[in-house]
Amino acid sequence: MNPMFPYVLGLADDALVSAQRMGWWISRAPELEEDVALANIGLDQLGQARTLLAYAGELEGAGRGEDDLAYWRDERDFRNVCLVERPQTDFGVAMARLLIFATWQSELYAALSGADDATLAGVAGKAVKEVRYHVDHAARWVVRLGDGTDESHLRMQAALEAEWPWLDELFAPVDQAVVDPAGLRGPVVSRIAAVVGEATLELPQTQPAVARGREGIHTEHLGYLLAEMQHLTRSHPGAAW
Amino acid sequence: MTRRDWPLWEVFVRSRRGLSHVHAGSLHAPDAEMALRNARDLYTRRSEGVSLWVVPASAIVASSPDERDSFFDPAGDKIYRHPTFYDVPEGVDHL
Repeated sequence: MNPMFPYVLGLADDALVSAQRMGWWISRAPELEEDVALANIGLDQLGQARTLLAYAGELEGAGRGEDDLAYWRDERDFRNVCLVERPQTDFGVAMARLLIFATWQSELYAALSGADDATLAGVAGKAVKEVRYHVDHAARWVVRLGDGTDESHLRMQAALEAEWPWLDELFAPVDQAVVDPAGLRGPVVSRIAAVVGEATLELPQTQPAVARGREGIHTEHLGYLLAEMQHLTRSHPGAAW
Repeated sequence: MTRRDWPLWEVFVRSRRGLSHVHAGSLHAPDAEMALRNARDLYTRRSEGVSLWVVPASAIVASSPDERDSFFDPAGDKIYRHPTFYDVPEGVDHL
């Protein structure tokens, strides 16, 4: 097994789990147009996850492909950050999280696109354009809601407060990291701060949550997400249409 | 709670350079910026276009079906207005 396997798997799982959460919004967003926008964003993330999972499978060298890794691993084998696995049934929370996650992805992919590893550089080079749009989408909503009515301002601030404790895990050290996670903190936080300022919101002062998703220790929510995501494949192994 | 729907916008997509923008459909959005982004997601996600216009549907003045006869029928029998008496040179695709 190539020692980079857990690192690549982590990035793949971030995208995969986030895509699954994004799909929840289909038929539930404020308007049909937003359903489609969030579904598109989820599909972009799913595309990133597929390529990264396939690559992780190669690095592992045990003959597992993208589907094996997505559908036949259990909760403790997932390496995504806890930020993306938690429910996001509030639209403000979904936009606050997308702002954080996509801004981090955009800095990460920009750095990865210059990496020596040709596969990672290729995936990142393609994905960086996608996530730039995700940041734009989230930022516009955060500004619109933050600088909107009194009620939307309160709820957008509450959403930021809810997501902020889970930000730190994105910058925690990871073995074999191609891009140093800690180095991304400065640019990511300053880009988010600019949006938060424009939205007339305050950057939260919350304490970091205890988050160990990269080690496979997750919140109670991931198991339910995986049950829904994996049950079809597991009930009908090898099914195709 | 009263629900106010977002206004309607008409979307025009230019599929490639050199062609004109063609009406693709309509969508709802709270303002022009969001309309443009929604249009990108709804009408160009299968690489249908290189340029987008969005126009408030309320800004479009349309001909009325009642006026169809007086508007369009008189053109029907004036074949000499059609440039059908010229030979189009080979290699001219978009005349």
